[in-house]
Amino acid sequence: MEATVATTETQGKTWEGGNQPLRASYGKMMMWFFIVSDALTFSGFLAAYGFSRFKFVDAWPIADEVFTHFPFLHGVPAPMFYVAFMTFVLIFSSVTMVLAVDAGHKLQKSKVATYMFLTIIGGIIFVGSQAWEWGTFIKGEYGAVETKGGKILQFLDTDGNRVAISSFATDIPVPSDEAHVDSNGIWYMGGETATTYSYEEVTAGFLANDNLLIRTQYLDEHGHPTVLSREASIAKLKNDGKLVVEGANLRHNEYGHPLFADFFFFITGFHGFHVFSGIVINIIIFFNVVIGTYEKRKSYEMVEKVGLYWHFVDLVWVFVFTFFYLV
Amino acid sequence: MAHHEHNLAIFRGKLKFKSNEQKIWGVFVFLSVITIIEVVFGIIKPEWLMAPFMSSFEGGFFATLANIFLSPFIYMKPLNLIFIVLTLVKAYYITWDFMHMRDEAKGLRRMVVWTAIFLICYLVLILLLEGDYIYEVYKNNFIKFDF
Repeated sequence: MEATVATTETQGKTWEGGNQPLRASYGKMMMWFFIVSDALTFSGFLAAYGFSRFKFVDAWPIADEVFTHFPFLHGVPAPMFYVAFMTFVLIFSSVTMVLAVDAGHKLQKSKVATYMFLTIIGGIIFVGSQAWEWGTFIKGEYGAVETKGGKILQFLDTDGNRVAISSFATDIPVPSDEAHVDSNGIWYMGGETATTYSYEEVTAGFLANDNLLIRTQYLDEHGHPTVLSREASIAKLKNDGKLVVEGANLRHNEYGHPLFADFFFFITGFHGFHVFSGIVINIIIFFNVVIGTYEKRKSYEMVEKVGLYWHFVDLVWVFVFTFFYLV
Repeated sequence: MAHHEHNLAIFRGKLKFKSNEQKIWGVFVFLSVITIIEVVFGIIKPEWLMAPFMSSFEGGFFATLANIFLSPFIYMKPLNLIFIVLTLVKAYYITWDFMHMRDEAKGLRRMVVWTAIFLICYLVLILLLEGDYIYEVYKNNFIKFDF
């Protein structure tokens, strides 16, 4: 195990090895190289997000209207608050991590262990929060109708408030509206997941309520989604409507463009996976600290290396936060 | 490697800390303040920051040149520009103080930072230009597949 922190006897011999032109150990430098390549991977994802967003720049969902939930506050719109909380959790776990590294430099074993433990807790809170955020996003809130062209129609009342489809859809009894699942289907194909209401039920409900209007994905010159008149709404729904969308998955997205949901799942998922592996590595290092591996080595450099990774995960989140939730 | 020398000054030497631990807390406070500013702006979205400060120049070569140099002010909402600048500030302090880039050798620092910044800027430039081009084609052109 000495190899990881080797200072060999070759100092002064430039071409004999053991020379550290960058004054960083092998392990630390490799961690930096890994971080650079991982940073490029994440920027590839975020740049692809930017590409798709610029492609549909006049019809992209507004993040403030998508992420409005806070745990235990049902029906209270709280845009940004939860993700701000998550950001603080991650920044704070970065602080405890860097405090662990600092204590490691001073060879204070119990302090390193305490700070590592706090870092792990912070990471777990963050991943849990992200799971909750995913759950809320997948479940959806108001529901929408998707047109034949794949665009999303959302429902408003005349005061401009969003209306959930469940509040106006009329119940039309259908002889067999059970989902077409693998076990009773022809061949091995399952059908589309059945939604609570069918397109016909939503349309009937919409026609019966005169105070309902349709909002399209397209943003007007002030950046607000366009609201159609009652006549135009009826025409749009009857002529173009095709299916009901509740929540979001990789193909349909009630909040707007499906690509938004795809990138959301992919980028926050990839980041969440990084946090998860960071937690696992942190736990391993934590136990190594506790059993005294680094105390024997007289070097806590492993803590420093895993710290670099952990800060990098925080760094990526700073960018995800900006480009997904703020900009 | 056990005893690193830490550079304890931030803000170009204007703020010096007595110990590394104090510096960590100082940077944490700074990052928190920036995040709070971001969140507050993100919730309020002040009306005067929602439209670009300048409109693009019309005319010949120099107008085009001016449009390119001033593009962040012409084509971007000031609010978004503020968010991006604040993000880069946060990224700087996370890398420099939490990841101890401040204490690394100049060569390592340049190798990591310049490589990443160059490649990311290049990629973002190309993809955003292409995305905007496709948007224009979808919006204005008659031929929508042969481009």
